[in-house]
Amino acid sequence: MIPRPVTITGGRLVVPHGAPQPGAIRLVEGRIAALGNVSPEPDDCVIDAAGHLIAPGLVDLGVFAVDKPAFHFGGITRAALMPDQGPPLDHPARVRFAALSGKPDMWIHPLAAATRGLEGVELAELALMRDAGARAVATGRRWIDDSGVMLRLLSYCAMLGLVVVTHAEDAGVAGTAVATAGEMATRLGLPSAPAAAEALAVARDIALAELSGAQLHFRQVTTARALDLVRAAKARGIRVTAGVTPAHFMLSDLELANFRTFSRMSPPLRQDADRRAVVDAIADGTIDVIASGHDPRGPEDKRLPFADAEPGMAGAETLLPLTLTLVRDGRIDLARAFDLVAGAPARLLRVDAGVLRIGAEADIAVVDPHRPWVVSSDKMAASAGNTPFDRRPVEGRVTALFKGGMQIGQK
Amino acid sequence: MQPSNTTPVSQGREYPAGGLAFPHRDLTGIGQLARHEILYLLDEAEQWFALNRQSQKRAGLLSGLTIINAFFENSTRTLLSFEIAGKRLGADVVNMHAATSSVKKGETLIDTAITLNAMRADAIVIRHASSGAVRLIAGKVDCPVLNAGDGQHEHPTQGLLDALSIRHALHLPPGSDLNGLNVTICGDILHSRVARSNILSLTALGANVRVCAPPALMPAEIEAMGVSVFHDFDAALKGANVVMMLRLQQERMQGQFIPSPREYRHLYGLTLDRLARAEPDALVMHPGPMNRGIEIDSQVADHPARSLITHQVECGVAIRMACLDVLTRRTRGVPGWAALTGEAA
Repeated sequence: MIPRPVTITGGRLVVPHGAPQPGAIRLVEGRIAALGNVSPEPDDCVIDAAGHLIAPGLVDLGVFAVDKPAFHFGGITRAALMPDQGPPLDHPARVRFAALSGKPDMWIHPLAAATRGLEGVELAELALMRDAGARAVATGRRWIDDSGVMLRLLSYCAMLGLVVVTHAEDAGVAGTAVATAGEMATRLGLPSAPAAAEALAVARDIALAELSGAQLHFRQVTTARALDLVRAAKARGIRVTAGVTPAHFMLSDLELANFRTFSRMSPPLRQDADRRAVVDAIADGTIDVIASGHDPRGPEDKRLPFADAEPGMAGAETLLPLTLTLVRDGRIDLARAFDLVAGAPARLLRVDAGVLRIGAEADIAVVDPHRPWVVSSDKMAASAGNTPFDRRPVEGRVTALFKGGMQIGQK
Repeated sequence: MQPSNTTPVSQGREYPAGGLAFPHRDLTGIGQLARHEILYLLDEAEQWFALNRQSQKRAGLLSGLTIINAFFENSTRTLLSFEIAGKRLGADVVNMHAATSSVKKGETLIDTAITLNAMRADAIVIRHASSGAVRLIAGKVDCPVLNAGDGQHEHPTQGLLDALSIRHALHLPPGSDLNGLNVTICGDILHSRVARSNILSLTALGANVRVCAPPALMPAEIEAMGVSVFHDFDAALKGANVVMMLRLQQERMQGQFIPSPREYRHLYGLTLDRLARAEPDALVMHPGPMNRGIEIDSQVADHPARSLITHQVECGVAIRMACLDVLTRRTRGVPGWAALTGEAA
């Protein structure tokens, strides 16, 4: 079905640099046909943005479940699916299936499992999975602790032109930890590991990325020392990028009080000094990507003693409003906010999206950046309400969403 | 025999009147208690300590009440101590062992808790291998919950009984705190809920607490709990009035944390020679069960004048009787103990 052309008028266009520009955008045959000073053609479906932002649809780099209602609520039009599925995305057929699982109104970009069964031992069929639709390779929730395997993986992916997305926690130091070593973990008696577990992993993987020439993306960097390493590596021209989720720039391990399992994350929440370092790293460009890490978990996974509960949060709905808190605090501007949640992840995944550009896919979010609402764990669009931001007032809400020029939720 | 629903003995001392003396439904940890609430429980235990030394040990206070001891982790001493405490107060005591329960069949902790609740227990005593498990259950049931040890978090009755034992050994009257006393806790602090509850109760009562362990068994930033940190046992013993040894789990002595039991004994075993480095009349404690010849030598453990170890066990029953009495007063309608409103934890 070829949709009617759409013109969204009276908005403010989020452009790659600088302040939003008043203007309109015209979507024809699934692509952006014109933007700026545009008037609707006679047969267009015309939508009044009412002064709100016209922004690229969000590209969420690293989700654990395909959860369309939550993605659409959050303005996410594309999501990179982590290979940690049951069974893992370590086979071309499963990758192909996953790549089609969101269409037409949500595009899922599978991340191929780096190793068979995500065991960190044998390389998976990465070229076959690439050609079946995998947009990058990921080590999953785990770090590959064998440095030889990691080096071979990176060299191979450098040849294939695939970005490697890795989890950064030294497995030996992290052990069975569920919290960051410090006063909170000590008082609660929770198994904990020093925050340096992250820097150790990041240091090794930067060295291996340099050796192999691969492009390496740390899905989450959450500590000051690891961020220093990433910053220095970038300055030396090594192809590394870093991501984070709002949990690690909004929250610290104080959230673990009363053993709240919705605050159980992987990596675990850090002490407040590290949280502030994450905010600084977003502001200075060391962190390239903010992702939701969307991982909806029901009571069977969360209503358990803290250390027995699964990590993860349902984050798709709160990704944009929590990122906008950084704009409101003056740490980044709007253009950069949308680069963190759309532009940069699209570039890493090598998809033609994440930015308003003539000819690009018409994935568009109309956003009222000041609309207030309250996050409520029991009223989420997600398949489970495991958010550590329950009852938190936030600002910023998607008012209309287009995938490939089609408005979502409109027949 | 004590008639039921009498006015509690502590009333009239400097505690808030009636139920205000202990405004909690559950006892999940020492961390939830104020100093005067700890003292209140210690003082309440004195009457039961005295009763337990009589030939007729039965009080009918909790007659008709059902107490479930739900132990998801193996225990002999603590379970027995709670069972005796409940029975001496006249309650019907039922023990649930995880090894023979549906927990092994995959039932979740919450479902087990809801089941116990539906059986209309008047108090549930819980031991579980995961930190925070007791608080989780407490949030799902309608009756008072007592923590008998949750993972590496807390073991509050142990913290209370140790304080009571010290008070007895020093011949301190009811109402006394432990101000200025130097207490050294040595052993596997990292994995010890006994250590955490004792740190909280002893520091709240004014003692100076030192913790001593090799770095691998010392939790991060424990100084924030108001203790001083030692790795050298001899230094930690200097000036100590009380030496509390912790049990080292065998599996932690096989190279993961400690090279060997004999190496542990070499550095941290409490021998008579080592005890001489503490104050001349220093008291020795151990929560049991002991690894004799490893963390503590028999001459020390069995020292008639210095060892409090059997007295700790005796105080344990009294403390648990006090806790069961105090926590069920609201259910029993004891005058002055009106139902809690608002946050009951």
